[in-house]
Amino acid sequence: MALCTGANQTEPLSQHHDLVPDWTAHEVRTGTTIMAVEFDGGVVMGADSRTTTGAYIANRVTDKLTPIHDRIFCCRSGSAADTQAIADVVAYQLDLHSIVMNEPPQVKTAANLFRRFCYRYREELMAGIIVAGWDKRGGGQVFTVPIGGMLVRQPVAVGGSGSSYIYGFVDENFKPGMSKEECIRFTGKALALAMERDGSSGGVARLAAITEAGLERSVILGNQLPTFSSS
Amino acid sequence: MLEESGGPCWLSEEVKTGTTIIGVEFDGGIVLGSDSRVSAGASVVNRVMNKLSLLHDKIYCALSGSAADAQTIAEIVNYQLDVHSVELGEDPLVRSAATLVKNISYKYKEELSAHLIVAGWDRRKGGQVYVTLNGLLSRQPFAVGGSGSSYIYGFVDAEYRKGMSRRETQEFVVNALTLAMSRDGSSGGVAYLVTIDETGTEEKCILGNDLPKFFDQ
Repeated sequence: MALCTGANQTEPLSQHHDLVPDWTAHEVRTGTTIMAVEFDGGVVMGADSRTTTGAYIANRVTDKLTPIHDRIFCCRSGSAADTQAIADVVAYQLDLHSIVMNEPPQVKTAANLFRRFCYRYREELMAGIIVAGWDKRGGGQVFTVPIGGMLVRQPVAVGGSGSSYIYGFVDENFKPGMSKEECIRFTGKALALAMERDGSSGGVARLAAITEAGLERSVILGNQLPTFSSS
Repeated sequence: MLEESGGPCWLSEEVKTGTTIIGVEFDGGIVLGSDSRVSAGASVVNRVMNKLSLLHDKIYCALSGSAADAQTIAEIVNYQLDVHSVELGEDPLVRSAATLVKNISYKYKEELSAHLIVAGWDRRKGGQVYVTLNGLLSRQPFAVGGSGSSYIYGFVDAEYRKGMSRRETQEFVVNALTLAMSRDGSSGGVAYLVTIDETGTEEKCILGNDLPKFFDQ
C-alpha cells in the first residue's frame, strides 16, 4: 500500500483514491482447484493455473504442483505466500530426513511434515494442501491436509475454492482400479468443469503423473480443455 | 447445548430449507426434484418436507432459502395464477407463473431470502424451466439451486445432454440429488420428484435406501 503525504494526510493511498488500483490492498491467493488421484502404481495430480489478488489475476500460468522430493509432489491452495513458505520448509526437512535415513522418503512422512507445520501454526496460516507421490513401500498414495491441519489418506482428494463444484462429479465418476490414462482423463475433465464454474480458477490445467519410473508433466491449454453442453 | 434461558438454541434460529433443488427440461416436459430437509441451525426440524409446491395443475415450483419466505411466495403466486387463469379462461403459461414469482422476488429482494425454480408444461412452448434468483427471470435447459447445488455443478455440466427421454431425465435428477445430499449437511432425507408433461403430473417420493449408491457408500 502506498503512503502519500499531501494536505496534512498520511493515510494509505489505496483506501481513498483511484490513483492506485484496489487489488493492491488484497492478499495474493491461489483461488484454485486442485486434485489428486491414486492408481495402482502411482498417482495423478492436477491443478488450475490462476493466482488472484482480489479480482486481478496476478499470474495466469501459475504452477501449483510443487516438487517436495523426486517422487513426492504437493498441490497448493489458499494463500500463495503461506503455501510456498510451507513447501520450502517441508522440502528442506524431507531432504535432511532422506539423507539421514539413506533412502528415498515415504509419502506419508512428507504428509506428516506438512500436517505438523499446518497444525502448529493453524491460526496464522491459510493453506490447504494435497500431498501425493510414490514410494516403494506403499505405492501411490494421496494425503489431504486441509485448512486447520488434519491429515487423512484418500484414494481421491480435491481442494481449493473450485472443488465444491466437482464433489458430485468426482463421487459419481471415480472408480477404484482405474489405469493411469483413465486417471489423467478423469482429472483433466474434473478440472475443466471446476474452472468453468469457479471464478477464482482458470487458465490452463497442469497435470503430473508420478510412478516408480519417474515423473510425467503435461499441460492442457485453455482451448484444448474439454467443453460441456451448458457452455 | 446448555442455555441459561430461552430454551433450545434452535428455537431462536431462522428456519431455512438448506436444500438441493433441480429442474430439468426433456423433450415433452420437465422433471423437478428436491431433497426433504428443513434445518434451524444444526437441528433438522422437518426431515420429510416436500419442497415442490404446486402453482397450477401443470406448473410447480421448487423452494429454497428461508422456508417462510419461499412458502409465502408460492402461496401468493398460486392465488394470483388462479385469478389469472380464470380471467384468461384457459391454463396459464409457465412464463406467466415465473414472471409472477420474479415480480415478488425482485420487489422485495432486500427483505426476502428465497430462491424458487419454476417449471411446468404449457401448450405453447412445452416443457420449460425458469430461474428467478434475486429477481431475474431466465429460461434454462436445466437449473440447480440451494446450498447443495454447489457440489453438483460439475456433475450436471458433465452429464446433461439435450434430448434425454423422460426416464433418463428422472434418473439424472435422482443422481444429482443423491450426490448433493451426501455432500451437503443442509440437504438430506428423501428425494421428491415431480414429472410434468402433456398427459399430466406425476409426483414421486424416493426413500433414502432406494437412492442410488456411489463409490464411497
